[in-house]
Amino acid sequence: MSSVRLLVGTRKGAFILTADGTRDKWEVTGPFFGGWEMYHVNGSPADPNRLYASQSSGWFGQLIQRSDDGGRTWEPVGNDFAYDGEPGEHLFYDGTARPFEFKRIWHLEPSRTDPDVVYAGGEDAALFRSADGGQNWQELPALRTHPSHPRWQPGAGGMCLHTIILDPADQDRMYVAISAAGAFRTDDAGASWLPINRGLRSGQIPDEDAEVGHCVHRLAMHPSRPDTLFMQKHWDVLRTDDAGGVWREVSGDLPTDFGFPIAVHAHEPETVYVVPITSDSLHYPPDGRLRVYRSRTGGEAWEPLTSGLPQSDCYVNVLRDAMTVDTLDPCGIYFGTTGGQVYGSADGGDTWSAIVRDLPAVLSVEVQVLP
Amino acid sequence: MIRVVLPAHLKNLARVGSEVRLEVGQPVTQRVVLDALEERYPVLRGTIRDRRTGQRRAFIRFYACEEDLSNEPPDSPLPQRVVQGEEPFLVIGAMAGG
Repeated sequence: MSSVRLLVGTRKGAFILTADGTRDKWEVTGPFFGGWEMYHVNGSPADPNRLYASQSSGWFGQLIQRSDDGGRTWEPVGNDFAYDGEPGEHLFYDGTARPFEFKRIWHLEPSRTDPDVVYAGGEDAALFRSADGGQNWQELPALRTHPSHPRWQPGAGGMCLHTIILDPADQDRMYVAISAAGAFRTDDAGASWLPINRGLRSGQIPDEDAEVGHCVHRLAMHPSRPDTLFMQKHWDVLRTDDAGGVWREVSGDLPTDFGFPIAVHAHEPETVYVVPITSDSLHYPPDGRLRVYRSRTGGEAWEPLTSGLPQSDCYVNVLRDAMTVDTLDPCGIYFGTTGGQVYGSADGGDTWSAIVRDLPAVLSVEVQVLP
Repeated sequence: MIRVVLPAHLKNLARVGSEVRLEVGQPVTQRVVLDALEERYPVLRGTIRDRRTGQRRAFIRFYACEEDLSNEPPDSPLPQRVVQGEEPFLVIGAMAGG
């Protein structure tokens, strides 16, 4: 029987949660790197034993850890994240220009085919690549030096490159998203980038349909439809069916369309999940009820999923990298909260249970299905 | 022989015990000690000083002989008792947050 491994990054360490394919009983190991902020832990699709972890601290800076045995042992690898050439300047909160300054890695995205190739999304926004298992990192500078970069600005969490999606059908195409700049696509392996924000409207910027400046919170793709992307923006849930040529809002009947994560069912490309949050100033669920919303129609029509989730007095948030789906049938879906709970559903979201309740605030959740 | 004490997280990272002992050349300065420390434990590169500028990270402090040496020029000689190995050079994570 297959087994499932959840990789959980928290404010105070990383945890690994494992279960067999029934996803009924879970074993919790960790903390790994206790006391450190673990923004992201992710596994290589090409070699599930190869894991990468982003370890950082306000005191000691950024480290990258690598495991070659599924998380039993770890070794620090390279942490030299240097901007290629002049850092340049971006817009700061107060409207002044501010030099790009490296702070941390938010997201690690291993190649689908080569366990030694991994991409890293940084703050201040930049994309790095390693081809030697994380020992050495090179920036793909065409993104940060895109002519629009003086108009990029930090969201409340910092000016982070938080989403990296590698197109499964075209190895030269990838998508990234930056808060608050927007979404970008490359068709030439990072040599050049195109802002793909047409159709986005953001009332928080002076020109609400500007080319850049949008606070995109997360993108998601189903691998069978690489031209279709779903987006959870600061406000609004959107989709594109032409690889970002134009987006249209699909918030439909959601109680609020503010939120952070978005995910697509592993076997149903039109089944999408979001976690609505009250507002940009109230980062907790409406009415103290934690509800995942599912659309089986690619957006517009949404249903609340509540069974097993707290429906009173719940004031946690679910961050952008903290929801994921497994590839088993039925599809499993998992998310972690800022209150330290990790919830799982082994039936596509119909019923939920807490896998663990008292971790530090969860920053990220990834899942691996092991043979 | 210079004695260096690291904060707990960096001890774990470098997999060292309570104290690191380093042989360094003269003159003994912050820069010389930290260069030797990073040479022996490359994993510490970037955790105490910025890799590009060599500047002390904002929330790191350097103490020795009951003095705060954090803002001393990196090429100033360290106190004689540190040079003699009688007192350790302390790398401290500043009190901030949790």
